[in-house]
Amino acid sequence: MIWLTIRQYRFSIAIVGGLLAITAVVLAITGPHLVHLNDVYQATCKAEGNCNTSQNPVQGTYYQLQNLLNALALILPALIGVFWGAPLIARELETGTYRLAWTQSVTRVRWITIKLCVLGLVAVAVSGIFSLMVTWWSSPIDLANMNRFATGVFAERGITPMGYTAFAFALGVLLGVLIRRSVPAMAATLVAFVVARYTLDDNVRPHLLSPLLLVLSNKATQIVGIIGSPNGATSVQAGQPGLPNAWIYSTNLVNAAGQPPTQAFLNKACPVPSPSGGASGNGNVHVSGGGPFSNVATHQAPGGQNSMQTCSNHVTAVFHAVVTYQPAGRYWDFQLLETALYVVLALILAGVSVWWVRSRLT
Amino acid sequence: MTAVIEATGLGKRYRRKSALTDCTIEIPSGHVVGLVGPNGAGKSTLLNLAVGLLGPTSGSIAVLGQTPASDPEQLGRVGFVAQDTPVYSGLTVADHLGIGAHLNPNWDQAAAENRIDQLGLDPKQRAGKLSGGQRAQLALTLAVAKRPELLVLDEPVASLDPLARREFLQILMETVAEHEVSIILSSHLVADLERVCDYLVVLVASRVRLAGEVDDLRASHRRLIGPRRDPNSLPSNQEVIEASHTERQSTFLVRTENPIHDPAWTVEEVGLEDLVLAYMGQAASESRSGRPVLGIQR
Repeated sequence: MIWLTIRQYRFSIAIVGGLLAITAVVLAITGPHLVHLNDVYQATCKAEGNCNTSQNPVQGTYYQLQNLLNALALILPALIGVFWGAPLIARELETGTYRLAWTQSVTRVRWITIKLCVLGLVAVAVSGIFSLMVTWWSSPIDLANMNRFATGVFAERGITPMGYTAFAFALGVLLGVLIRRSVPAMAATLVAFVVARYTLDDNVRPHLLSPLLLVLSNKATQIVGIIGSPNGATSVQAGQPGLPNAWIYSTNLVNAAGQPPTQAFLNKACPVPSPSGGASGNGNVHVSGGGPFSNVATHQAPGGQNSMQTCSNHVTAVFHAVVTYQPAGRYWDFQLLETALYVVLALILAGVSVWWVRSRLT
Repeated sequence: MTAVIEATGLGKRYRRKSALTDCTIEIPSGHVVGLVGPNGAGKSTLLNLAVGLLGPTSGSIAVLGQTPASDPEQLGRVGFVAQDTPVYSGLTVADHLGIGAHLNPNWDQAAAENRIDQLGLDPKQRAGKLSGGQRAQLALTLAVAKRPELLVLDEPVASLDPLARREFLQILMETVAEHEVSIILSSHLVADLERVCDYLVVLVASRVRLAGEVDDLRASHRRLIGPRRDPNSLPSNQEVIEASHTERQSTFLVRTENPIHDPAWTVEEVGLEDLVLAYMGQAASESRSGRPVLGIQR
């Protein structure tokens, strides 16, 4: 049965193996250059003492390749689910070859279980090897970006792609078993996988571990943005503390009693400076302060710096910032939990497929 | 004699329509059994139930005394050539023999290779490029080389041209001669079965209309041609299957165990095809007249 599965898929396994090898060659040629650039930069910036403020050149190097790799890492699980998962059983049902397979001296439970395991393991291995290469190649860049939890990074590095691949594959197989036709099953797999990823990314990953709170003192709190909306409501943005590679959910202002600032207080403390140009014709006024804390890039109104300082002084006299976040040290915990979540889902879907083939396809 | 297939009240329903209803049948072993019936009679459903590709929705079926496809051993005892003889189009002929070898403990690789050689098939040829006849031969080779006790063929020659049909049945006969294997093959064409079968089952609308060894069936049916008369005036041991009349002449197809002595009749033997058609016609006229089918069946 293992022999048959590999025999049936040997060409597509060979093609994927070839693509992996090509990728490996490209990354092996370009990767050391990134490492070298980073080493040179680290030495230089240490000598000049500007490692925190200067730009690491690796961030902009091989920019297109960076984007291509991230895109491939994102869609590889979906491709495997669509092209290996969905047709695995559907094609047999569609072409009638299941009647040949199911009348050999092998029960159909064994037949589908081995097909699932063999090709599923190959798929996970392919995804793991690719992710390993991407993670290694991108490591100087990720180190410089200091944002490993970010969308487009977390799910494209480490072990999570293997979880997504296992899930996409099992999802494809199940939809193939249910729909019984390859092409509709492939389309359904793509849609279902994208929906599942979006839903779980937004609604499950943030809750895998309960976040930590970082309470800043009033003195350490800084206001870096004032946002006025056309209805007269004002909101302010507190600067985030330097937490490299952490996953920051939110930064909220509260007073000693734990209450957020009232609208009346903000209107009084932080009058929105009237813009001189016509740039804010939409009624929204954004004011940003500079400083090392700021990561808000908005248009700066003339005179904004002064009013920002006044605002910051007024607000931080009463309010301090509370940061809700996952610390950088939990990166691998999250990688493991996220992967485990998808692997468990994959096993459930695979179990349903086996049961369906055994009991319902009669 | 044990039965290769024994079904009681067997039924298979899909969501709306019923493919087989209350089918009770017993097929003895040691024969080449032809299962004939019009399209939609339930032949294919019955055979798919027998090899376990389908599960019954009512009643029970035992094949070689066991539930079909219950375990690998039972699967190994029954060979199956499915309708339209599906093969893996991307795999070669040799790959297909590999499938048989890897998935069947009693696989006879030498016999399979020998057969492929005799058929003149190139082992490196992709199965998708084979002709319909060659594909059927490959499927038969696979089913035979697993050394089953029972070989089930579902309309194996329906899509073949007459020459390929003849070759296929020829090889099937050689197989029977070589190995002790019971065979059931279905067809809606009696002519296909006449040359190979020694036992015949006529299935019409899920009901067995006629079952028996071909020689017995031939011996017990006669066509009587003579002056016009009422079928009810025939002796009670002559069961009229089919009657047709012209103005002055009557033709009856009768079933009887006794010799026919009435000198008024010209007595002819009945060909298998005419016999089967007569039984199918009888079933059709009964269902038209709305008479209960079971009551007529003897």
